[in-house]
Amino acid sequence: MVRYFKTVYHIIEKDLLLELKSKEVINSMLIFALLVVVVFSFIFEPGAEYKNDLAAGILWMSIIFSGILGLNKSMMNEINGGNLNALLLAPVDKSAIFFGKGLSNFLFMLIMEVIIIPIFVVFYDVPIMNNLLFSIITLLLGTYGFAILGTLFSIISVKSKTREVMLPILLLPIIIPVVLSAIQAMNIFLKGDDISESFKWLQLLLVFDIVFTLVIYVIFDFVIEE
Amino acid sequence: MNRIMKSVDTLAIVGIIIALYFAFIYAPTEAVMGAVQRIFYFHVSSAWIAFFAFFVTFICSIVVLINNNLFYDDIAESSAEIGVIFCTVVLITGPIWAKPAWGKWWTWDPRLTTTLILWFIYIGYIMLRKFVEEEDKKAKFAAALGIIGFIDVPIVFLSIRWWRTIHPNVLQQGGGGLHPDMLTALIVCVVAFTLLYISMLMKRVNIGVLQRKINLIKR
Repeated sequence: MVRYFKTVYHIIEKDLLLELKSKEVINSMLIFALLVVVVFSFIFEPGAEYKNDLAAGILWMSIIFSGILGLNKSMMNEINGGNLNALLLAPVDKSAIFFGKGLSNFLFMLIMEVIIIPIFVVFYDVPIMNNLLFSIITLLLGTYGFAILGTLFSIISVKSKTREVMLPILLLPIIIPVVLSAIQAMNIFLKGDDISESFKWLQLLLVFDIVFTLVIYVIFDFVIEE
Repeated sequence: MNRIMKSVDTLAIVGIIIALYFAFIYAPTEAVMGAVQRIFYFHVSSAWIAFFAFFVTFICSIVVLINNNLFYDDIAESSAEIGVIFCTVVLITGPIWAKPAWGKWWTWDPRLTTTLILWFIYIGYIMLRKFVEEEDKKAKFAAALGIIGFIDVPIVFLSIRWWRTIHPNVLQQGGGGLHPDMLTALIVCVVAFTLLYISMLMKRVNIGVLQRKINLIKR
């Protein structure tokens, strides 16, 4: 058990060191996320009243699209030079390697969100302080679900002929519950509605995260055999 | 094997003819909606087959991961393809009925939306299979998607249902008390479609097995 978590930890450590040197994944995600935020602002008139209704949706679109970009980049780094195959040859639990990758992708996305959200708040003037704690919980749960399934499908898609093209096609329909719940919950927080309305969405996110963590834990060793 | 296939084919053909009779002649015309309601029998039957086909894919995906027998991969693939065909039929017949009945081609009702997402998941499944070359990897990757996709469906449905209760739907789902003759017609259609599914599945699995043989000989 300790060994399992050690493997996970070392994979995360490796990815963080690599990322600190190259900064490729986070930088590309960051710029792209910002661009999405700016481009989506053309949907409405400046200062329109319904702006707050759309803000959560726009934030999540920018997280999802830049997340897909980052996942692809992060997995292509592993493919170049046959690094992923080498990792999978190591005499450790394969799902530990997967969760290491998944959690480091999760971390990258969180770092991206920490930078992007203040800028987003400035641009859109949304009252994020209304329910900051719950907004953070939503972001954590939603990003985790996205990162963990995204990592699995990015491993699968980089091994296909079309490489990264397959990732959004496979991932987007599957993570619709995450997108929907996260946006609905954030909407409630940003508009200052009754918080108890949001609990079912948070529960759904939690259930989604737990279910797919377990499913991937069980099937990963069977799916990836090198 | 050949014999069984032939008899299932015959049953399916006869079944569909009987189903046509039941849907168009036997079942009474609906009082409010009129003749357009008759699309309901094939629509519901197709929906049933689509879900059933994806369930078969789900089960076969689990078996493939456990015992590596590629025959089950053929079944999973075949069933997913047939499922997508029937899912497409559902998505086409639905709006044809919805336009005169609801006044709109499409609403973001939980069942409609879930069916559409289901369609996307399995289109992705088929695409993935076309883009992975190694037989072994293809089977495993597809199995992962077959399992995750199917587990995802109830969660998708639940989330969309909650979403729609927040924004209440103006158009209430009709249905409720079906006329007994209509129910009979529906059951006949479902049975006929199930026979059609089995006959298509056997043919498609057969093609898959032959394909694998040819690939072996080629190499």
